[in-house]
Amino acid sequence: MMNSQLLSALETVDLWYALPLIVAVSLVYSATRHEETGAIMIQSLRTGIWIICFMTVIFLILMVIAWLL
Amino acid sequence: MANTPEENVGENVEESISLKDPYWAAFLAWLIPGLGHLYQGRTAKAVLYFVCIMSTFSYGLYLGSDSEYGWGRVVYASWRPGDKRLYFLSQIGVGLPAMPALVQAIGARNGKAPFGEFMAPPRIQRSEDDLGGRPSVHQLHRRMARYFELGTIYTTVAGLLNILAIFDALAGPIVVPGKEEEEESDKGEGTKDESGANQ
Repeated sequence: MMNSQLLSALETVDLWYALPLIVAVSLVYSATRHEETGAIMIQSLRTGIWIICFMTVIFLILMVIAWLL
Repeated sequence: MANTPEENVGENVEESISLKDPYWAAFLAWLIPGLGHLYQGRTAKAVLYFVCIMSTFSYGLYLGSDSEYGWGRVVYASWRPGDKRLYFLSQIGVGLPAMPALVQAIGARNGKAPFGEFMAPPRIQRSEDDLGGRPSVHQLHRRMARYFELGTIYTTVAGLLNILAIFDALAGPIVVPGKEEEEESDKGEGTKDESGANQ
């Protein structure tokens, strides 16, 4: 039941609301670490990928917990 | 006495980037996102901060708006029993764009609303305050559903991001690419012991 609720979040547009936040957070965070535009862009790409991976791992952990319960 | 690597980085930042008056720049950065960096002549970062933070804040305001209840209902200042708006402590991080909420909160005490429904504090359920026909917190949640939370998160994150930008205006970036290489070449002229101590 819980699993299907988690998976249904993927089907709706709700998760897309995270995308602008990930872009903004990774750009601003990277800009606080570097001064040159190129370095900021490279760092923000890395940060963005890191955030997406982190969110995916958390999502999978929650799915496994929901499946076990 | 040789400086620690952290001290060297700090010195390099100050040498390579003119922070002008860092405290004034930090205040300007709080007032309008990117304004402090514009004052320091860091135009590219000023544009980046302004676009990222203000677009996040504006989109949050848009999500937290309603045709019936008005614009920007997710940004409001309230410290009343039953409605302590802790999110506003982060939202005020964007500075001037969140200020109408403070004006509205002060006005609400006297039964006035200088900006109409924009960023106005909602009525507390079953309260006898002077907020008349304003919607309650529960009505806002019922009407806007998840968009109230989404708008709150967007505007809160925008405020928190601007706090990062304020620190950047105050002390410069954490890492300055290229400076480490220059530092290495400078140290190469010194003794081996000194260069080893600064790695």
